[in-house]
Amino acid sequence: MTEKTKLYGLMAEFDNPQAIVDATNAAYKAGYRKMDAYSPFPIEELQEALHFHTRVQYIVLVAGIIGALLGYGLQYWTSAVDYPINIGGRPYNSWVSFIPITFELTILIGAFSGAIGMILLNGLPQPYHPVFNVPRFSMASSDRFFLCIESEDSKFDRRATAEFLKSLNAAEVTEVEP
Amino acid sequence: MEANTAHQQEPVLKDVIPVVGPGHSFETISEKISSIVLTQRTPISLFIGLGMGFLIINMLMAAVTALLYEGVGIWGLNAPVGWGFDITNFVWWVGIGHAGTLISAILLLMGQKWRTSINRFAEAMTLFAVACAAMFPLLHTGRPWFAAYWLLPIPNTMAIWPQFRSPLMWDVFAISTYGSVSLLFWYVGLIPDLATMRDRAKHWLVKMIFGMLSMGWRGSARHWARYETIYNLLAGLATPLVVSVHTIVSFDFAVSVIPGWHTTIFPPYFVAGAIFSGFAMVLTLLLPVRYLFRLHDFVTMRHIENMAKVMLVTGLMVFYGYNVEAFMGWYSSNKYEGFMIYNRMTGPYWWSYCLLIFCNGVVPQVLWIKKIRQNVYILWLITLVVNVGMWLERFVIVVTSLHRDFVPSSWGRYAPTMWEVMLFVGTIGFFVFMMILFVRALPMIPMFEMKTLLPESKVKHHKE
Repeated sequence: MTEKTKLYGLMAEFDNPQAIVDATNAAYKAGYRKMDAYSPFPIEELQEALHFHTRVQYIVLVAGIIGALLGYGLQYWTSAVDYPINIGGRPYNSWVSFIPITFELTILIGAFSGAIGMILLNGLPQPYHPVFNVPRFSMASSDRFFLCIESEDSKFDRRATAEFLKSLNAAEVTEVEP
Repeated sequence: MEANTAHQQEPVLKDVIPVVGPGHSFETISEKISSIVLTQRTPISLFIGLGMGFLIINMLMAAVTALLYEGVGIWGLNAPVGWGFDITNFVWWVGIGHAGTLISAILLLMGQKWRTSINRFAEAMTLFAVACAAMFPLLHTGRPWFAAYWLLPIPNTMAIWPQFRSPLMWDVFAISTYGSVSLLFWYVGLIPDLATMRDRAKHWLVKMIFGMLSMGWRGSARHWARYETIYNLLAGLATPLVVSVHTIVSFDFAVSVIPGWHTTIFPPYFVAGAIFSGFAMVLTLLLPVRYLFRLHDFVTMRHIENMAKVMLVTGLMVFYGYNVEAFMGWYSSNKYEGFMIYNRMTGPYWWSYCLLIFCNGVVPQVLWIKKIRQNVYILWLITLVVNVGMWLERFVIVVTSLHRDFVPSSWGRYAPTMWEVMLFVGTIGFFVFMMILFVRALPMIPMFEMKTLLPESKVKHHKE
């Protein structure tokens, strides 16, 4: 951080999943926290190595409950409160008949909230991100694996961190422009 | 190497055909699948199919225009047969759609890895099939622009609300939820692959389009963690959804009092029938596409055989349903129920019932033979027969039950008019047209999921 041009971070490239998981573990052990690993497919061990735990699933739970209440509430209010109408002698609050729509709205609102929540928590849509400044990063979606230690990290030092990443058998270490 | 011990413990089945052909790496998977969209020349047969689809869509437009101009009187519907081709086709299309959700959601939850290479294709099929299905109930109202007030709880000057005790309302909510959630599930599944397409595209415009669609996905481990959680949850939500949708479709019939409709076997037998017809349609479309784009490494004989087996099992369930209907006609000692079955077998529409039993009961039994399951040509013909059979099933249920109910004075006959046939054929054209566009414009096999099937994607568990 003492350098004049500020970097987003340093990025190391690996060519197999095992290498990136090992490198991420090593970086975590060395005390780096503000870092992210990039892979073309989900690797469960990688999020463990970053000690990252998501709580996105609770959005679905809460939204699902809201959906159920909305679904039942809509039918109860329209059929029993706002315009009660006798259909074949059924009670105004015919709860059995109201189950299918309650269920459908539970699913609808739960699913959409979950997916939109996932996208927003991921910070997407995001048209610009510094990691894309690394030309070889375009292979992160095909067959290459990248570990980026960000300059925000308190332990980040342009030279020492670069040395450290090289010591992890990285194929290449590049500086990421902000 | 020590690294190998983790996945050596997995059972090794030597005689099982792998789900990915030999010799593939992460890069070749991306290359093979993305090149269909990005670099390969479009096969001429695709243009021919697209052109034919386009012509048929014009026929669809003509049928819709005539309907909206003249009204539903141009169809052959009248008392007592108020539902004919419209609802037959609606149920047929919805049923076809269900295989997509089954493959993508239920098989995912069950850990069936082979689903990976066919799930996106099947989900796309679901979307277009549901779009075709939705046309019929909307159009059969005659004035779809009013339907919004009849079908959705929109506050209006008449201060009335839809009748939520009616299965037809349940159906509206079920189908619209199903369509929306299927679209969502499909799009969420596409995001990482859209990023791959963005990174591999050469042309700036193509890059930009895929870039916008992928929303800046960069494959960060944190992204993947949330993504996987939500994707599995969506599968968990879609699974009861798909079962509920066809159950509710069957309620459209089962909650009424018409003999032949008023029966408790409808929900399970409709769901089994939906899966049966859906798998048949997946194979009908997938086998030519596999041949056309040389996807034999990704859609292996194992996929094809598994799908044939699912067809066999669900076909037997459906056949069981037909037999229970006939049995209950006799066992219930209800003369209307008994007459309904007798009339189905020997009445004016006897041919449809006989063909139905032949297509769905008899023909699929050849799938017991392994040689036939592995013969793509014969299998393709069988799937066509099953598609026809499942259409006939809905025709039999809708028309033969309605045309002769309790009192002979209210009996009648139904035959479709030219407009109904045009509308039906038109939706098939629309379906084919959309499928061809999908295959050409988007990666039809999930690349990132295929990569997780390769042994080199496995990582040794880190020991603290």
